[in-house]
Amino acid sequence: MKATCWMGTRNIQVRNVPDPQILNPHDAIVKVTSTAICGSDVHLYDGFIPTMQRGDVLGHEFMGEVVEVGDAVSNLRVGDRVVVPFPIACGHCTMCEREMYSLCENSNPNAMMAEQLWGYSPCGIFGYSHMLGGYAGGQAEYVRVPYAHVGPLKVPDHLEDEQVLFLSDILPTGYMAAENCNIQPGDIVAVWGCGPVGQFAIKSAYMLGAERVIAIDRFDYRMRVARERAGAETINYEETDVFDAIREMTGGRGADACIDAVGMEAHAANAWHVYDKAKTMMMMETERGAALRQAIMCVRNGGHVSIAGVYGGFMDKFPIGAIVNRSLTIKSGQTHVHRYMRPLLERIEAGDIDPRFIITHRMNLSDAPTAYEIFRDKEDECLKVVMKP
Amino acid sequence: MRVQQGTADGALAKGLGWFSIGLGLAELAAPGSVAQLIGVRDDDRTRNLLRAYGAREIANGTAILGSGADDAVWLWTRVAGDVLDLATMGAALREGNRTDGRKLAIGMASVGGVLMADVMAARRVGRENGRAEVTELRPRQRTSIRVSKTFTINAPPDEVYSFWRQLDNLPRFMRHLESVEPLGGRISHWVACGPAGMRIEWDAEMIEDTPQRISWRSLDRADVPNSGTVEFRPAPGDRGTELRVRLQYDPPGGKAGKWFAKLFGEEPGQQLYDDLRRVKSLIETGEVAQTPGSSSVSQPAQPYAGSRRRAAGGRR
Repeated sequence: MKATCWMGTRNIQVRNVPDPQILNPHDAIVKVTSTAICGSDVHLYDGFIPTMQRGDVLGHEFMGEVVEVGDAVSNLRVGDRVVVPFPIACGHCTMCEREMYSLCENSNPNAMMAEQLWGYSPCGIFGYSHMLGGYAGGQAEYVRVPYAHVGPLKVPDHLEDEQVLFLSDILPTGYMAAENCNIQPGDIVAVWGCGPVGQFAIKSAYMLGAERVIAIDRFDYRMRVARERAGAETINYEETDVFDAIREMTGGRGADACIDAVGMEAHAANAWHVYDKAKTMMMMETERGAALRQAIMCVRNGGHVSIAGVYGGFMDKFPIGAIVNRSLTIKSGQTHVHRYMRPLLERIEAGDIDPRFIITHRMNLSDAPTAYEIFRDKEDECLKVVMKP
Repeated sequence: MRVQQGTADGALAKGLGWFSIGLGLAELAAPGSVAQLIGVRDDDRTRNLLRAYGAREIANGTAILGSGADDAVWLWTRVAGDVLDLATMGAALREGNRTDGRKLAIGMASVGGVLMADVMAARRVGRENGRAEVTELRPRQRTSIRVSKTFTINAPPDEVYSFWRQLDNLPRFMRHLESVEPLGGRISHWVACGPAGMRIEWDAEMIEDTPQRISWRSLDRADVPNSGTVEFRPAPGDRGTELRVRLQYDPPGGKAGKWFAKLFGEEPGQQLYDDLRRVKSLIETGEVAQTPGSSSVSQPAQPYAGSRRRAAGGRR
């Protein structure tokens, strides 16, 4: 089958690899009908995530048709149309029972590698490094889905792929980011990053009752979508001092909650960017933390900082003093997608949100190398690429 | 230690310091050539590893030559570095493909020689300074290995006990175990696979068997004399079972065997840990997660090539 393979930093190739097979009784094989490139895939593309191997099949946002099921999968049938959550969860461990699916204790066969870096291991993730399981991803014609009795969500026929595809990751991710803000009536939420997750975080903040949402970015076309389609006010951090602007826009209080939808490759318009760039190049830190640092500074006293962007290791100059002295709450986590899929599917069916507004590019899987390039470089006003095998 | 001129030991230490820096510079500047010289696969991963090792060598060499440290600690660091090099080369040798076995063997022999020089220098300098050696290289008498690990399993203690008590379940999650055959009464026959494919067999006697605790010991003439205890304790607040396993065994070949096993990536604590992770998955989900990318770190995350026997109920 054809599959999108990571062949080194900024080297993506569509190659022929073996077809997947059922290995465990709870596996299913899904024939992919739609798949997307995630902002977190860009971190792989840029070589920021350790434990990648040449030839790894990428992709954790995908959906398709069940073509084979293992002996122990009784809830799915061949022909079912499903969306697959990016975290792989067994459904039976203590964390799964508590609906903390991205912390599943059984789905990462390489847990030992993650424990070296983080102490304990999160779940396995499709196409996202060997440290997170070494699972072949879904930017391919077929994919093996472990614990298929737990993850895949059957979707109704009247909804097209593009309406439900983002239930696999970014819609729940944006939603959980907003949920982690503990939004109260009258709250003003600030969102760093107007990429796909940022857009859904803005929409979700409104769904959860935010009064106003302020979005921070530097690309006009992305801020335009945030304003026109998601309903945010926007700040261009290259033109405006973000702290002062938010302070003024919130009556001097600061934002009630801040969402970091940027992650480890943040840019900044000030010396922080040079600092982080130099330190990451010298391998003295692994994250460029400009967005998160600023989010922490801009939240009001006692406010919530919600981190949805991906971080992998160690950040320098982390403003712990602001967190301690101003009673801030920091919430984060890889998204517990399984928890949100069904309620968000209902929201989509009810017309509360139509996730298609972020899609700018529809391409063939064989164009994946180009797709990665334009998405990463924000060429051609690219916001979200959906690929079809 | 301050490296002093004039004494033979100081000269040896100083020589090793310069050797570190020279080797480090070579690894940093020309990792590709070094890879070819020692016969390991020359790819990005190897080059990055060699660069990192190069940085380590330079730091080490500089510390030996210039630091104000007044003991042999930096020389012992070199010893540790040599062991790491050997382990890396051992792993490359095991990997097999695209490595040059003959060159690699020569390389390993060279590192072995340097290791001896390092140990010698460190011990002498340590003595010279009238201090106890920083590291006691060998325990005086005991060669047995003791390991203990605990995992919490999301199932009640009696269920975990019953699973474990069913002895033919054990090879399903103990990677090195091939079979366990009850011989009647408290006696059973065990077959395992040791480092480098050695086959090991023994008879064991269960000396304690309650729902809280199982203990056993091997009988006379075991290839690898061993004993152990498994405890099944309820975790607080209905959190399942704390499964604790303690093992003790005398590795074949005594101390040398222990080093040999470690060189080939067999770390007993890690083994037990991996085994317990698997038993947790088996009990909680009925299977053990697996991917091509997990069976070997050098395998890309792609589906297996060719047909592969389906795992049934987590049985391998």
